[in-house]
Amino acid sequence: MSEPALQLPLPGFERAQAEWRRDYGARMGAAANPRNRSGIEVKPLYSAADWSAERYMADLGFPGQPPMTRGIYPSMHRGRTWSQRQLIGFGTPEDYAARLAEILAAGASAISLIPCNSVYRGYDVDEVDPLLLGTCGATINTVEDMDTALSAVDLGRISTAMNDPLPFTLLALLLAVAKRRGVPWTKITGTSNQSDYISHFVANHMFFRLALPGSRRVLVDHIAFCQARVPGWNPLSVVGQHMQQAGATPAQAMGLTLSTAIQYAEDCIARGLDPEVFLEGFTFFFDISISFFEEIAKFRAGRRLWARLVRDRFGVRNPKAWRFKFHAQTSGVDLTRQQPLNNIARVAVQAMAGIFGGLQSLHSDAYDEVLSVPTEAAARVAIATQNILREEAHLTDVIDPLGGSFYVERLTEQMAAEIEAVIARIDTAGGMYAAVESGLVQTLLGEGAMAFQERLERGEETIVGVTAHQRDEEDFQVKPLERPERARMAAQIAKFQAFKAARNQAEVRRALDALARAAGKQSENLFEKVVDAAVAEVTHGEICACLRRELGFGQPLVVA
Amino acid sequence: MTGPTLAQRPPKVLVTKVGLDGHDRGSRLIATFLRDAGMEVVYTAPWQEIATVVKLALEEDVDVIGISSLATDHLLVPQVLSALRDAGLGHVRLVVGGIVPDDEAEELLRAGVARVFHPGSAREDIVAAVRKLAADARAET
Repeated sequence: MSEPALQLPLPGFERAQAEWRRDYGARMGAAANPRNRSGIEVKPLYSAADWSAERYMADLGFPGQPPMTRGIYPSMHRGRTWSQRQLIGFGTPEDYAARLAEILAAGASAISLIPCNSVYRGYDVDEVDPLLLGTCGATINTVEDMDTALSAVDLGRISTAMNDPLPFTLLALLLAVAKRRGVPWTKITGTSNQSDYISHFVANHMFFRLALPGSRRVLVDHIAFCQARVPGWNPLSVVGQHMQQAGATPAQAMGLTLSTAIQYAEDCIARGLDPEVFLEGFTFFFDISISFFEEIAKFRAGRRLWARLVRDRFGVRNPKAWRFKFHAQTSGVDLTRQQPLNNIARVAVQAMAGIFGGLQSLHSDAYDEVLSVPTEAAARVAIATQNILREEAHLTDVIDPLGGSFYVERLTEQMAAEIEAVIARIDTAGGMYAAVESGLVQTLLGEGAMAFQERLERGEETIVGVTAHQRDEEDFQVKPLERPERARMAAQIAKFQAFKAARNQAEVRRALDALARAAGKQSENLFEKVVDAAVAEVTHGEICACLRRELGFGQPLVVA
Repeated sequence: MTGPTLAQRPPKVLVTKVGLDGHDRGSRLIATFLRDAGMEVVYTAPWQEIATVVKLALEEDVDVIGISSLATDHLLVPQVLSALRDAGLGHVRLVVGGIVPDDEAEELLRAGVARVFHPGSAREDIVAAVRKLAADARAET
């Protein structure tokens, strides 16, 4: 039953290889090899000369064992597949609660919360143009709003992932609701997505952030607070997705993400936190492009490098902290407005790459995302795609099924080398924080976006329906988008104002004063004061305005 | 010393974003396309106030304004148009690029937007359209 171990040199290998090269050359001539998005040359064939099983223990090992190339858990998708985390958020807190009730009734054990862009930018409902309210997410500004939004949720049992940029007011509001309901904070589980301020500075100016020094401090305060008071909460998700969406190649995105994680780890260590403990709470979030094998290799290489970095660079001995836990989202950049149903095929291929890459959580895009905020029908197809891949196609039967492929192993190695080169470049620039301050990262991303555009224009990349196989007729009718009802939103604004008027104003002032004072004192934990403020019924916009005043706002750096 | 005449001066375009969202891959790329095509580009960071857009258009004497929108900020564009008209800049052409549902794109065109570019628009088309619109804007001043 046991197979003989592969031994090099293989008798006859050289001769057979030479013969193949001759035959291949006779048909194909000297045509140049293509390069993948990360710039790596892709050969027509890989063999035992590129990778051999002699290196199995050094490069791969077994799942759950260093260097974790094959996966971070012994059972991987056999034991537990991935969480299907579809993002939801729309309209008022009541609208969100109604949608959530449906999802929970369907058996969801984890939920996500996407707030309105006004929340992302640090404003309450009465501070922005009402036309924009609730179009992309739910308008949650107060402990009362959060209580309403989560009315159907048993906080001690359901894990909540929130898109919650600093100063993490949504988590603060959630903790305030838990306090109202008598749920101990130690029972609260979930993740702060969008806590990675560096990714916001360089790639996605969608989120409230403080000037760099303030951002840096609040993130570490948040991590320290969660570690001490909300231990079931993952305070940090390091985001490679924004950088890849903004133009980084897959290898660059992975390298910059690992450099960002290194920066945050160093900042936490400088604060006196123990990496053996806090690194267990680090999670990652990536984009999955349609460059299938490249993405698989990106994830395998990233997982291997992170395990080694944590062990060797930070000297961490806790194997749980070596685990590269990641959520991934299929890339919207690859989707097309032309012939939009084609996007279903694209999303399936992207999702497969993520699954073979060993993800822990997956968001598959709706095919109409490039046209508008996804419709419900399209969101259902996105979920069905995941179910088909898992239950019909049996993609989860075997752990790391592409491990040992000559191509995938060689490519994993080459991607790892590219990723390490990016990390070395950032190290030389003084680390990620310094590289963001100087604009180096922003410049890299802009160049990457332009380089991809040029590849398209040179015909090195094809987009079906756009640069090839175009069709004239556009028979696909997009249903007009549902926009929040103006009257409901006006009622929400009135409700918000009534809430503010009815508060204990002395308590509000006390909490805001304490927050402002803590901003000036490094020895205090600012996030603790944010939580106190949320409990005292201070609003999201008031908290953000106070910190903006005290610590300065993080304007985007415009790089030509 | 004689400078170039008005007609010879390259088209001048303001590339910007209004509202709440800040995804800037699109606006940065478009700014580069137009600059590489020889136009003069005034580029801003995202999140501009409508009043700032009008002020910049006036001070910089632009022919065309390009507003990039990914997450519903295009809903504010009719307000930009009326603010431009109020400032006596009715001749300035306004184009929108990004993720705009069909029915709302039609509304924008009816409100006076010159063109709506959707994802996948070719560089040559964008450059040619902006050049033509800049010439139209000049002809009206």
